[in-house]
Amino acid sequence: MSSPNAAYPDTPDQATKPKRHEWPLWEVFIRGQHGMSHRHVGSLHAPDADMAVKNARDVYTRRNEGVSIWVVEARHIAASSPSDKGPLYEPSESKVYRHPTFFDIPEEVGAM
Amino acid sequence: MYAQMIKSEATQEDPEKLAAFQARIDAGEKIEPKDWMPLGYRKTLIRQIGQHAHSEIVGQLPEGNWITRAPTLERKAILLAKVQDEAGHGLYLYCAAETLGVTRDEITEMLLDGRMKYSSIFNYPTLTWADMGAVGWLVDGAAIMNQVPLQRTSFGPYSRAMIRICKEESFHQRQGYDIMMKMASGTPAQKKMAQDALNRFWYPSLMMFGPSDKESVHSEQSMAWKIKMNTNDELRQKFVDQTVPQAEYLGLTVPDENLKWNEETGHYDFSQPDWSEFFDVLKGNGPCNRERLAARNKAWDDGKWVRDGLLAHAEKKAARKVAAE
Ligand SMILES: [Fe+2]
Ligand SMILES: [Fe+2]
Repeated sequence: MSSPNAAYPDTPDQATKPKRHEWPLWEVFIRGQHGMSHRHVGSLHAPDADMAVKNARDVYTRRNEGVSIWVVEARHIAASSPSDKGPLYEPSESKVYRHPTFFDIPEEVGAM
Repeated sequence: MYAQMIKSEATQEDPEKLAAFQARIDAGEKIEPKDWMPLGYRKTLIRQIGQHAHSEIVGQLPEGNWITRAPTLERKAILLAKVQDEAGHGLYLYCAAETLGVTRDEITEMLLDGRMKYSSIFNYPTLTWADMGAVGWLVDGAAIMNQVPLQRTSFGPYSRAMIRICKEESFHQRQGYDIMMKMASGTPAQKKMAQDALNRFWYPSLMMFGPSDKESVHSEQSMAWKIKMNTNDELRQKFVDQTVPQAEYLGLTVPDENLKWNEETGHYDFSQPDWSEFFDVLKGNGPCNRERLAARNKAWDDGKWVRDGLLAHAEKKAARKVAAE
């Protein structure tokens, strides 16, 4: 996910840099041909949502890669942070019974 | 390559963090924009991805030069599609660079005022229609050599951009070779044009890989970080080995008297390009450096009213929406 003007406090130049007056960044999601969900494919700049969809068509669907386009301004995306990885995902590691293979079903019972 | 002579930045950070970072890379993990990374890694990547992006954009100029003069409507449509792809490649790469904390306009300005470079190859002119064949075949061919291994680079957004780009590149090389096949099997005059294009683009294509970097510390650091996957010499050799039989198929002669198959090494021996010419082109003294940068600057300046106008319109619309809520 891209977000040029924020979130990189470890880049020293970043803090002092004045915010630039540029077209906003949009994240692009495309639904492929086969009844799949929309997938993030990349990003682009555009002055507004209409132009973002038009640009996404030109940049990301030149070879029939999609039947539907979503765009969302990058600054509206809330994301988990890499440092939360432990607290967020470790709890599920110990719950093996959430997987069907945890249970032994006798063969005579048949497909289940 | 599309990114040439990239100096890696020295890094002075917490050795423990650095070791953990290197361990992730060694384990084949991808580094994503919000992950901790050494400042040197970030800065080197901005330079490398930025230069790669600029090359895609400036690289449209020598081919754009022939769109209106393509010999048939079909060739015109194909060349137009190819050049449009290159614009897309530039965009994918600018977006990857932006995840590192620069903005697209910022690095564009760095190209326009000469602080950032683009590949030396695009400072050579495209004089005849056969040059469209030679560029697709040799220049895109050399770019593919470099881009295929970069699909496995450690930085996630760069790797994903490379995967998209590689999917589109083989069309570029094939359309170029297709032009060469037509020309080389055409009239004697057409075959002469094809040979002339090969003569002019052979050594500049070899230069694309950059001078030997076997002993370069920059290259060593970049390879440890997996933002460079092979040495320049390895890729150049691979390119020569692949390209010579293709030239033979066309009945054209590679302009190198020392070119010869080496039974022992299992590779072709070949002459190095004139590296003083390469450094001169990098310094800005190639046949087209001034023209290329002037064209990019003109496009940027002429487009300013459009960028400003659309931004003002978007801001007005956004303000109206806020007022209505
Ligand atoms: Fe490209
Ligand atoms: Fe290409």
